[in-house]
This record gives sequence, C-alpha cells and structure tokens, in this order.
Amino acid sequence: MSYTTDHVEVHVCMGTAGVASGGHEVMDALNEEFEKRGLKNAESKERNCSAKQTGCRGLCARDVLIDVYIPGKDPITYEHVTAEMVPTIVEEHIVNGNIVEKWAAKADYFQFYDKQKRYVLADCGRVDPESLEDYMSLGGYEAIKKALTMTPEQVIDEVKKSGLRGRGGGGFPTGLKWTFCRNSPGDHKYLICNADEGDPGAFMDRSIIEGNPHAVIEGMLIAGYAIGCDEGYIYCRAEYPLAIERVIKAIKDAEKMGILGDKVLGTDFHFKLKLKEGAGAFVCGEETALIASIEGERGMPRPRPPFPAVKGLWQKPSNVNNVETFANLPGIILKGSDWYAGIGTEKSKGTKIFALSGKVKSTGLVEVPMGITVRELIFDVGGGIPKKRKFKAVQLGGPSGGCLTPDHLETPIDYDSLIAAGAMMGSGGVVVMDETNCMVNVAHFFLTFTQRESCGKCIPCRIGTKTMLDILARITNGEGREEDIQNLLDIGQDIKTASLCGLGQTAPNPVLTTIKYFRHEYEAHIRDKKCPARECAELIEFVVVDDRCKKCGICKKACPVDAITWEKGTVAYIDKSKCVKCRECIVNCPFNAID
Amino acid sequence: MANDVKETESANKEIDFTACDEICEKYKDWKGATIPVLQQVQEAYGYLFSEIVERIADNLNMSAHQIYGVITFYAQFYTQPRGKYIIRVCRGTACHVQGSGRISEIVNEEFHIRNGETSADLKFTLEEVSCIGACGMAPVIMINNKTYGNLKPEEARKIFRDYAELQG
Repeated sequence: MSYTTDHVEVHVCMGTAGVASGGHEVMDALNEEFEKRGLKNAESKERNCSAKQTGCRGLCARDVLIDVYIPGKDPITYEHVTAEMVPTIVEEHIVNGNIVEKWAAKADYFQFYDKQKRYVLADCGRVDPESLEDYMSLGGYEAIKKALTMTPEQVIDEVKKSGLRGRGGGGFPTGLKWTFCRNSPGDHKYLICNADEGDPGAFMDRSIIEGNPHAVIEGMLIAGYAIGCDEGYIYCRAEYPLAIERVIKAIKDAEKMGILGDKVLGTDFHFKLKLKEGAGAFVCGEETALIASIEGERGMPRPRPPFPAVKGLWQKPSNVNNVETFANLPGIILKGSDWYAGIGTEKSKGTKIFALSGKVKSTGLVEVPMGITVRELIFDVGGGIPKKRKFKAVQLGGPSGGCLTPDHLETPIDYDSLIAAGAMMGSGGVVVMDETNCMVNVAHFFLTFTQRESCGKCIPCRIGTKTMLDILARITNGEGREEDIQNLLDIGQDIKTASLCGLGQTAPNPVLTTIKYFRHEYEAHIRDKKCPARECAELIEFVVVDDRCKKCGICKKACPVDAITWEKGTVAYIDKSKCVKCRECIVNCPFNAID
Repeated sequence: MANDVKETESANKEIDFTACDEICEKYKDWKGATIPVLQQVQEAYGYLFSEIVERIADNLNMSAHQIYGVITFYAQFYTQPRGKYIIRVCRGTACHVQGSGRISEIVNEEFHIRNGETSADLKFTLEEVSCIGACGMAPVIMINNKTYGNLKPEEARKIFRDYAELQG
C-alpha cells in the first residue's frame, strides 16, 4: 500500500460486516484512548493520532480489521479486533512502538491479497466514505476534470478502446451502449445507476457504494458528459441502509462543492443526481423493470424494443449501467484505455469484483484480473475449503447462473469461457459448496427464489417456474418420479426460450446445470430415496453407523432436543421419537457417522 | 388484494392524517412519487391500512387500486400491523449453504411465527429476506437495524430469548 500520512492514523473497517462485528465500538474505544493519553495533539507529530472510518477492504470474515499507519513505517493490520483489545494496541504499538504480534495479521491474511489486483477497490479501505475532502486528497474528481477537457466523442472512444464490458451481468460493451443513447434523438436524456443488487450471494455493489460512493458519482459524471445526459438516478435497493445513507451524503457534499448540479466544475455541463430507494423486488434489477419502478409503477419488465436508449425513463432516451461499471470509469479516463486494455484477457478486459462466500475459508470481497482460473479464485485467494472437506461445486452468477464442478477448476474466469462452461459471470456472486451440500436442494433453493420474485407478467416464467419448483420439492421430499428429470429439462428449456425478460430466461439455469453435472444425485433422490450429501431431512434416517462412530459424544452436545444418548466409550444412539431432524448432529459429527 | 386488508380497530377511531398529508404535499410536484410516499407514510404509521391508502390515493390523484397494485408488488410494503422487533433471517445463497433454514425454524419454535407472520403480542415479525449482502459472515440475521453474523443455531435461540425478555 502506498498510502502515507503525516501523523498516526488508524483505519477502522466500517462496511456492513465491520459495523456488525463491532466497528463503532472499536472506533469509540480508539478515540477514547487517544483522548485519555493526550494523543490528539496537533502540535506534535508523534502524539497526533486519529481514527478514520473506511469502507470494506474485503476480508469480512476477519472483521473488525484495523490498519495502523505510523509515518515512516509499514502499516500494520490487526484482525478480529474488539474494543477490549484497543488499549493494549495503543499502549504497545503506538506509544511504545512494539507491534502486538499475537493479534497482527499473518501470512494467510496477505495470501488473500496476493493474486488480487485492486483497482476499482483500491480506495475502499483507505478513503473515508463520508468525506469528500478525503476522496479528493487521494486524486478524486481528477478524472471528470480531465474528461471535461475532452469532447464527449473522445470520452466514448476512450471507453470503447478500453474494452470495458457491463459489469451487471450481460457483459455488453459499455462504450457501444453509450453510443446508442448519445445518437438517439432527444433534448433530455437520463443516466441510471443500477444498484438494485438483488442476487442472493452478491454484495459487490453494496461494498463499492459503502466504501467509496464518490467514485460511483464520478463515474456517472463521466458517463453523463459523454452521453449527453443532464439528469441521473441511483436506484439502490432498500436492504442497503448504510449504502443509501452514504450516497445521499456524498450527493449533498458534491452539490455543495459545485461538482453536481448546474455548471459542473464551472463548465457548461449540467448534471443533477437523485437517489431512488427500491422497495424489495428482485426483478427491478432488470433495466426496463427498474425504469418502471423509478416511475412509481409496479416494477414489471417491458418488451424490448424499444430499448431504453430510445425510449426509457419517462419515454426519454436513457442509459442504465451497473455500479461497478461506473466505478471502473475514473481509472480508465485517468490512466488511459491502453493501461486498462492491458489487464485481463483478449475479450474481457480489466478486473472483476467477486463476492466470495459459502464454504470457503476467506469469505469476502475480492478483485481479480479477468482470466484468473476458478481454482486460483477459490483456493489461492479464498484459501480453500474449511474443515478439510472436499470441494464439490461453485455457483457463479447467482440464481441466473450455473454451477461448475471440480472438473472446471482450470476454467479461466471471463465472460465467454464461463458461458461456454454453462455458468455466467452474472453480477459476480461466487458461492462455494462442499460435499455436505446437496445439489438438488441448491437447485430447489434458487428456484424458490426466482419463483417468488417472478413478477407474473409472462406465463412461461410465472407458471413454468412454479411447476418446476413443485417437481423439485417432491424430489427432495422423497416422492420423486422417474420421469421428473426429463420433465424438468423440457420445461426448463421452454421457460428459457419463451420468457419476456432476463429473470425468466435464466431462472432454469441452476436446475439445468445441476442435472447436467450431478444427475446421479437426482437419481439417488428419486430411485433410492437417499440424499447423498445428507441435507434433505426427509431422506435421512438419522441412525448412527456403528463402525464409523468414534464414540466421541460431540453429537450429544450438539443435539438441541436431547434425543441422543451417549456415554463415554459407547456408540451414540438417536431416539427417533424425540428427533426433530434439525441435522445438528450430522453437521457436527467429524466422522460422517450419521446416515 | 385489497380484500386481504384486515378490518382494523382504527376504522372506528379518528385517524390523524396530518403526517400523511404533509408527506403527500412534499412530493406533489414529483414525477413517480408513489414509492417514496408509500415508504414514508409506512414509516410514520407502521403499516398501510385501508383508510390511509384511500387518503394517499386522494392526495396523489390516483385510484386506490393503482396504489394497491404498487403495494402488493413490492416486498417491503405491509398491509398488516407488524411486530416491535422485526427478525430478518437472511435466506441468501451463502446463508442457505451455511444453514440459515434452521434459524427460521428456531424462530418458529420460539414464537410460533412463520415467514411474514407477526406474533399475537405484536412483539416479533419474521421476515425471510433474500440477501442482506453480508455473505462474508453467513448465516446472518438482523433484528431491527442490528446485524448478527456467524450464527450457530443455539446462539440464535439465545439472542431471541434475550429479546423476548426485554420489557415493552
């Protein structure tokens, strides 16, 4: 990290995960400790300490994370920090100059960052997201200044040359999309930032907005100038209260500084920006549904054409891009398209942010160059699978995407390779599954979600997903029929072909890919009435297998209803009349001894 | 689904519409104000009962049916009273594979409510939400605005019981 300060500065991670893990308490403890020890003295370099809140730096699993910056020394990171640890860290490290090794981040923390290339997220974790001055002191709003000295056509050209593709999932070339809207006749055009990140398992957009809201605003200014928009909306889902709060503050601060509003930075470019809060509907991530929602209607998709570039918000030409796409723009303008095009693969340029979660050691937010393999992402960056379990599958692209298996570990992550392998980039959710996850159950889970979120406008999606869900439900309940797999394949294909919008067109993907790669699990559920991963409770017998039981008694401790009898040196026994099938014994047994 | 709206006691009482009228007035000249108006009225009144919906419709010069169309489309509008503590159990993918289904069951075991339901004493409402976006600390729940992560089932039960003991 090249960040330097002229005084002692402690950065506290205050993203959603940081706050939930006690970030505010750590921040308060630091300030209290500085106050108590007279370390807030602006006159003296050594005795001038400050605590600063920053956004997500990625490794949420180790929150609260703090970085201690002492001028002239390398920054030191501490993990799992609590308010109680603060006095020791201040005393030992800041006052006495001895790093508190037992709490300092070790090699495995830095391994998480080794293969990452953090460009878009570079300032997340360094900049105070609630301070415009801080953003500007790190070079913020220099890109829009530069863009304003270029013609709009030159800006579009630069973005085209960079090879940037939409980060919302589709991967459409951004510069080309802008051209459509720019060339569309109309005196009033809208720019929309899609921050309705509804994919379960994805939190990239939330982290960017929470961590560096001004970067998104700057990206929107660049796009607005290039396309010729004078008004913009950020449509953010209501489930992200912290992101909303920070973006509203950022907009107000930028207006005060003359960066937003009439005559942006003293030029003839005008750009008004508003925040619109969603109200809980996944389908609003689809651009025409999102537009309907901003207009105050039910957020249902409209048939395209006409595309939003021709008739969008209030029937005016509109351009919709995703948060991450906007956050990529300042770097492209400042460092140039050649720099950007030098990262990634031939057809997928730059970096991609992924939300890494599920059965992986280092869960969190990562930014990697396009073209990195699935293996590198899960095992090198993510640190592999915890509890010495085996990697089984990874779901890429959320409920619209597909799963990949151990055979796909060498697949490079770029738009085209993933589609060829049967998954998709999607917005960037990566959920890792181990041998204890049942793939039929996972498919059922995703379809439950898309079925509930189907807006009901078109029949294939509304009724098709319901029918598929009913079939999956009976398979996981042990009532599957021989013809069910073929029916799922047929209906799935029909829904994909005939649905109106992206939600329906992709909804069957998780079912189709799990059948493709894990057909034997479906067959085991249907024919043998067994769930090989032992996740579907109706198909588990809950009996202890004598020769696998090591008589350790862990299951007895785990059972919440006292259904297990065990004494030292005996095999455990499960009383089925008391058992509520909660699976706690199975989850906790280290020897897979319960079937 | 207007007929789903339960007849409330408030039908017989005088309802103070001042806050509702003020919110509508504030958004009078906005295009597409329906959603922010509904959000703020709900914030002020707790939920969207039939009288208030009629009032909003009058104020915004829309039909109540149009307003109900919007209300029923979005998950975050409510036509029923809600509990003092909203337990949001994240059912996102990451939480699912880490066993969040069990946490919903514990809520049911403790308070006898399922997704969308409110306990009879109006203390707890259970909401299964698709993703809170804190997957790094799955499984996650929120109780009102406080987030709890990396939960084991029995830890969750203890947290619920602590809330149940809170007065009021």
